[in-house]
Amino acid sequence: MYKIISKKPLNPTVTQMEIYSPLVAKKARAGQFIILRVDENGERIPLTVAGTDKEKGTVKIIFQIVGASTKKLNSKNEGEYIQDFVGPLGVPTHIEGLKKVCVVGGGVGCAIALPVAQALHDQGTEVHSVVGFRNKDLVILENEFKKCSDKFTIVTDDGSYGEKGVVTAPLKEAIEAGENYDMVIAIGPLIMMKFVVATTKPFNVPTTVSMNPIMVDGTGMCGGCRLTVGGETKFACVDGPDFDGFKVDFDEAMKRGSYYKKFERKAYDDACNLFKKEVE
Amino acid sequence: MAEVSKRKPNMSPKKNEMPSQEPNVRNKNFLEVALGYSEETAVDEAQRCLNCKHRPCVSGCPVNIQIPDFISQVAKGDFDKAYDIIAQSSSLPAVCGRVCPQETQCEGKCVRGIKTEPVGIGRLERFVADYHNSKSDTKIQKIKSNGHKVAVIGSGPAGLACAGDLAKKGYEVTVFEALHLAGGVLVYGIPEFRLPKSIVQKEVDGLKALGVKIETNTIIGRTITIDELMDEMGFEAVFIGSGAGLPRFMKIPGENLNGVFSANEFLTRTNLMKAYKDNPDTPINHAKKVAVVGGGNVAMDAARCAKRLGADDVYIVYRRSEEELPARKEEVEHAKEEGVIFKLLNNPVEILSDEDGSVNGMRCIKMELGEPDESGRRRPVAIEGSEFVLDVDEVIIAIGTSPNPLIKSTTEGLDTQRWGGIIADENGATSREGVFAGGDAVTGAATVILAMGAGKTAAGAIDEYIKSKA
Repeated sequence: MYKIISKKPLNPTVTQMEIYSPLVAKKARAGQFIILRVDENGERIPLTVAGTDKEKGTVKIIFQIVGASTKKLNSKNEGEYIQDFVGPLGVPTHIEGLKKVCVVGGGVGCAIALPVAQALHDQGTEVHSVVGFRNKDLVILENEFKKCSDKFTIVTDDGSYGEKGVVTAPLKEAIEAGENYDMVIAIGPLIMMKFVVATTKPFNVPTTVSMNPIMVDGTGMCGGCRLTVGGETKFACVDGPDFDGFKVDFDEAMKRGSYYKKFERKAYDDACNLFKKEVE
Repeated sequence: MAEVSKRKPNMSPKKNEMPSQEPNVRNKNFLEVALGYSEETAVDEAQRCLNCKHRPCVSGCPVNIQIPDFISQVAKGDFDKAYDIIAQSSSLPAVCGRVCPQETQCEGKCVRGIKTEPVGIGRLERFVADYHNSKSDTKIQKIKSNGHKVAVIGSGPAGLACAGDLAKKGYEVTVFEALHLAGGVLVYGIPEFRLPKSIVQKEVDGLKALGVKIETNTIIGRTITIDELMDEMGFEAVFIGSGAGLPRFMKIPGENLNGVFSANEFLTRTNLMKAYKDNPDTPINHAKKVAVVGGGNVAMDAARCAKRLGADDVYIVYRRSEEELPARKEEVEHAKEEGVIFKLLNNPVEILSDEDGSVNGMRCIKMELGEPDESGRRRPVAIEGSEFVLDVDEVIIAIGTSPNPLIKSTTEGLDTQRWGGIIADENGATSREGVFAGGDAVTGAATVILAMGAGKTAAGAIDEYIKSKA
């Protein structure tokens, strides 16, 4: 069992937790992920590591409440325990030797983009961050991003905060204005990463994307997380989760990502009804 | 039973039948198919053994169980003694009695099998193990520690066997398991209806009672490396029994469509994550028309699970003929009885989909058998112009697995084959001092019993290695 050391909501649908797991805290690097199960019959949920505190032995996770399992996770409180917590999984983001990087985060993807931006900043890389949210209420981690960014741009879809628009607009402007990025690192919804790649490709700016497909074990065993990258099948869990954005087949990834939607919706509704009953 | 010692063998030409759930009942539930012999049936079956002098069955057993000896105890009705004899050689009799390919091992060598059916050795092994396990008063003697620490990576058959033998010799053994539950392929792969998970749990609990520590949720190579185990955590030797967990795909068009699964994923969702139960947290697709590609035990398991999950039509699509099917004969028979349709001498060439990217068919080509290939089996050759579309909405690929490269890629100086198998000598010693390996991680995908045998052999070698250093 793994103890929840702290819990705080970042916005109405996104929660941050710190879990006590010293071995994972010691090893995890930016870009890697963990898998957890809330209780005995729980689903294995992959979540990217949002930060670690090696001294306290804790691993920070940030998750959006999207389905029955994340809802169940969110029902756990500080001081309580979750059943399983394993990691770190996947290959850390390659940041060595980069001089100037634009980190692009979308929605809850910002939780994963932040540790990458911080790691870049810590090694002396010039970091420009562009983060996007649907509206003002959903903004998370703004101050944390500002602290590790040499330039910071925030956009919202509806213009309720920062500039109105999507992340690709300021990114394109910056590239056109002559910012010579060694690399663009994009982390967010598939559709956002697809358009980031469409933006950077004409300028040939190397672009890394972080993929989060459906997976079960996270160790290379099930192959559920397979993607087509440069015409070859890759497993996101062991070959990634980072891939060369120019080579990823996003359309296929989006189709595969929607496979369990009907199950998820049903499970979520069932869970909601259950919670409602408990309240009544 | 008093007359037994002077008994004449029971010359019935057929094995005592295994009581089983009816095919049309069991193909709708996940309860165990085979129900096991009664005491009377076991004794009767045991009396079919001729107790022949040259004991060919023993040489057919990868761990050399003294088969005629245990069977003659069963024939006498002394099931406890029979268990003790098996336990001298085997760590997991309740498991092996159920999943060993007896027809190519012990029973394949049985003298009775030349003219009639061989003695039901596997069924007797299972009976003895279940009899033993059903008694709650099993006492486990805690062994005094010899102060030496050994790490075992993986809690599948190789790891469990190695850990058990070492613990009995007094070693302080810690087993590291990547998943949240111990048992490896015994819990994520082999379905409940063929190997109830309570049996695996019993074996694991038995090890714990011997003092073996089991650390789940620990991935060697990620959470901890082999170097850390040996340099920082005080383990004097390491046994790698990490299996062959990486699924292979066919590399044909359409393999990444929605509705195409590796057998590993399909079975893991079904067995480990219990997706067959009502309202599972982990979902599984309940397809109506399913093709399983491959002819091994894993393919049979996947096909029979698909049937139980409610599919109307389940096909085994295999490119060779029935004779070459690598699965245990009993699994093939069970699958047929349960309504699985065998499309033999057929090979998939493309998986087809609707506009949403979901499977709606599989294009296959008919095959014929040509000259034998390097495996000694006749090579299947495509018959030109014989392509056809099989109407299916789910495809499960069960064509084999490879060793996981994680340990190799994080352990310097550990030599591997080009295809990923760890190179180990006949005792399990690898290119790294103090690091041993066995089971599928070394051989590639094989059987539970071979993995178990390799684990036991390595346990002996580790014991000698540590003693030689002391």
